[in-house]
Amino acid sequence: MVSLNLILGAIAILCVSGFPALLFSSRSNHGQRLTTFLIAVGSVLGLSGAGLFLASGNAVSIQLRWQLPWGNFSAALDVLSVVFLSLIFIVPLLGSVYGLEYWKQSEHPENGQKLGVFFGLLAGSMALVVVARDSILFIVAWEIMALSAFFAATVEDDNCSVRQAGWVYLIATHIGTLCLFAMFILWSQFTGSFELSPVLTMSSKAAGTLFILALIGFGFKAGIMPLHVWLPGAHANAPSHVSALMSGVMLKMGIYGIVRMTQLIPVTDIWWGSVLLIIGIISGVAGIVFSISQNDIKKMLAYSSIENIGIICIALGLALLGRYQGRSDWVFLGFGGALLHVVNHGLFKSLLFFNAGTVIHVMHTRDINQMGGLAKKMPLTMILFVLGAIAICALPPMNGFMSEWLIYIGLFKTITGDAVQSLPFAALGAVALATIGSLAVAAFVKLAGAVYLGNPRNELINHAEESSPVLLVPMCICAVLCLFIGVYPLPVVNVLGGATNLWARSTEPAMSVLHIAPLQLICIIAAVLLSAIIFFLLVFRLWPGKNDIAKGTWDCGYARPTDKMQYTGSSTGDTLVKLFGFILWPVSQKPEISGAFPRRFSFKSVVNDTILDKIILPFFRFAGHYLPMVRVFQMGQTHTYVLYILIIIIVLLIVGF
Amino acid sequence: MTNILNAILVIILVLNLFTLGTSRILTVIRIVAIQGFLLGFLPLLAHNHFSLASILIVLTTMILKAFVIPSMMSQALRDAQIKREFEPLIGILPSIILGALATVFALLFTSHIPLAQEHTGTLIVPSSIATILIGFIIVTTRFKALSQVIGYLILENGIFIFGLLLMGAMPMIVEMGVLLDLFVAIFVSCIIISKINKSFSSMDTRILSSLKE
Repeated sequence: MVSLNLILGAIAILCVSGFPALLFSSRSNHGQRLTTFLIAVGSVLGLSGAGLFLASGNAVSIQLRWQLPWGNFSAALDVLSVVFLSLIFIVPLLGSVYGLEYWKQSEHPENGQKLGVFFGLLAGSMALVVVARDSILFIVAWEIMALSAFFAATVEDDNCSVRQAGWVYLIATHIGTLCLFAMFILWSQFTGSFELSPVLTMSSKAAGTLFILALIGFGFKAGIMPLHVWLPGAHANAPSHVSALMSGVMLKMGIYGIVRMTQLIPVTDIWWGSVLLIIGIISGVAGIVFSISQNDIKKMLAYSSIENIGIICIALGLALLGRYQGRSDWVFLGFGGALLHVVNHGLFKSLLFFNAGTVIHVMHTRDINQMGGLAKKMPLTMILFVLGAIAICALPPMNGFMSEWLIYIGLFKTITGDAVQSLPFAALGAVALATIGSLAVAAFVKLAGAVYLGNPRNELINHAEESSPVLLVPMCICAVLCLFIGVYPLPVVNVLGGATNLWARSTEPAMSVLHIAPLQLICIIAAVLLSAIIFFLLVFRLWPGKNDIAKGTWDCGYARPTDKMQYTGSSTGDTLVKLFGFILWPVSQKPEISGAFPRRFSFKSVVNDTILDKIILPFFRFAGHYLPMVRVFQMGQTHTYVLYILIIIIVLLIVGF
Repeated sequence: MTNILNAILVIILVLNLFTLGTSRILTVIRIVAIQGFLLGFLPLLAHNHFSLASILIVLTTMILKAFVIPSMMSQALRDAQIKREFEPLIGILPSIILGALATVFALLFTSHIPLAQEHTGTLIVPSSIATILIGFIIVTTRFKALSQVIGYLILENGIFIFGLLLMGAMPMIVEMGVLLDLFVAIFVSCIIISKINKSFSSMDTRILSSLKE
């Protein structure tokens, strides 16, 4: 009980953390420090609550009546909640500390306080979503989360593109909420109450409908591929620590919703897992391909979030197939991998967004083709970026490797075994995962090369210097956590085992992941690898007499090379963009070179979001063209509106009896 | 008692039609005042008991609906210097016919709904529905701001009649609260009407919407 009370207290503190700052002057930094302090208090309370719960291991719940006509204030803690809570209590704290320098109140007097209020509210409402066990409470918390994310992401609302991205987000999130309304209403019809407690039996039609609604409703928030349209714009236009919170944690709330719903209802059909697997493959491959094609540093990261959500969906699909087929090893590897990847992605994507923020802070642009050569000015930032990139590309010894490795093993297990229980098509997931991994490496090579390597393309870089410790410390904490999970995953994996048991409703004693995946061996190999890297690094550094000739990176034997004569981000990705042209539809403006003295030309290549530009916007344009006829009804005259009320009352009176 | 109650309710229904049948706004205000005065008796008649609370509400209702509100409205009318509703959406005769139809509809409708035993003999439900509908008709068909205020007042009268059914169940304080709301709303709109008229010289709500720019 203490643990839940601690966490509810933490939620309350997080929710109000931004408000005291409103009393301070909008030009002083004191209010912002107070906000960060409150978030720290809330996070520490929450983390200790979560720790206490894991130590005792008893499920706790609380139920209070309220004045609303439906539902109760019903909250509970279980291992599944704790996994997501851990992320919610870490990332906002780091983000808030980061914001002390990145979004200084004294430099942003017009919107700093607003950002503080909604940042805290976003963190608190996410935690409430995770502990809510009542449909009404859930949807209330969900809506607070969606709205505070909208306000936090659009703090620079004097900028047109920010406003536009905000509207797209708001529309998308509300379409999702609409599906959730339908889902919870059906839920209360099927089960007789708004209480979210597991159901043992349910007709396959009912369960299937709930699953589809959950997939669409939560899919909008998670950003799975056809529903992702809001994601790149909102992430790119938000302040970087808000992007980190949105991408690292808020997207995971969509995943949490799908996970929670599938925990509550029995898995009745095989198509559930298959659908999720296919959606995951599409999101993963398309997400990373789009990521390669972008030239906006934050859009690249945003699309890579879609890719990671795809990976999580592949793993969840595998787990659902396993639950249907009764294969506990698929369930453990799939679900364990999915949850681990949720945590991992939350950590390394926050690291990368923080990193992108510091770069943007220095360069005042998000276009990677304007950057370059930052490695020499900001070596620590560069190292942190590379660590994050290694993690996100699923390379050992970082944590991304750990989760994807579990998923790989699980997917391979679908082809071995006897014919009845094997599902060879699921192994397609492994192929997709490999494709995604290699494309991710390409994307981050492009990003690192364009931003940090080569020669500077912009004079601004002359003023660049290493980021301040306030910016570096949150990144370092993320990196250390990533490395820790990558090298010593055992404690985390044990928690995941409990969560998996809860989700799969297996009563048998927790099947240890250690039986299926040789984690200890991996730990040892990772430790050896890590020490080898450190060893060689030291040797290389301390080696006497290394030659230090300063040369431009892309000299190529030209007598007078300019800084424009080097690989840009666009040209690095060009081959892959052309290869995937059928998805990306790149629009480029190419120069025609003719004659001995060709005229001046400029080259431009843009890849827009195919789904937004080719499907959704044309649809809205069509609607905008034809639907104004309906506006006749909206005349702006009170009489007419009262008349509508009158007509409806009379119709209701007549129809009702 | 029921006979007297029904008689008063019938008078109220007839007054409703009167409000539809005249274009002189001052007359309409007077009719509404009479209606409010009659309404005051209803709580006493409907429940046959004379507690301090019920006498209090009777007095408040009468004073507010029969004297204070009408005098405020006629004051606003004088300030606005208008006498008639010149161009209603539908003419005087058609609106009387509409009102009669609404009354018939209310009576027919009431015969179809299951009522508690003690309410079957009275006209409370049909007259309240008819009054509400007529309030709606005035609000939708008259364009002078003052006429609309009157429409809302009649609408509230209908709700007041319906409230008689709940007299035992609903605390008196609720009814008092409703009266207070109504008083404040009309007070404010009367002030606004005379102020707008001074600076804008028109009371037509269709034109008033151009004020928003």
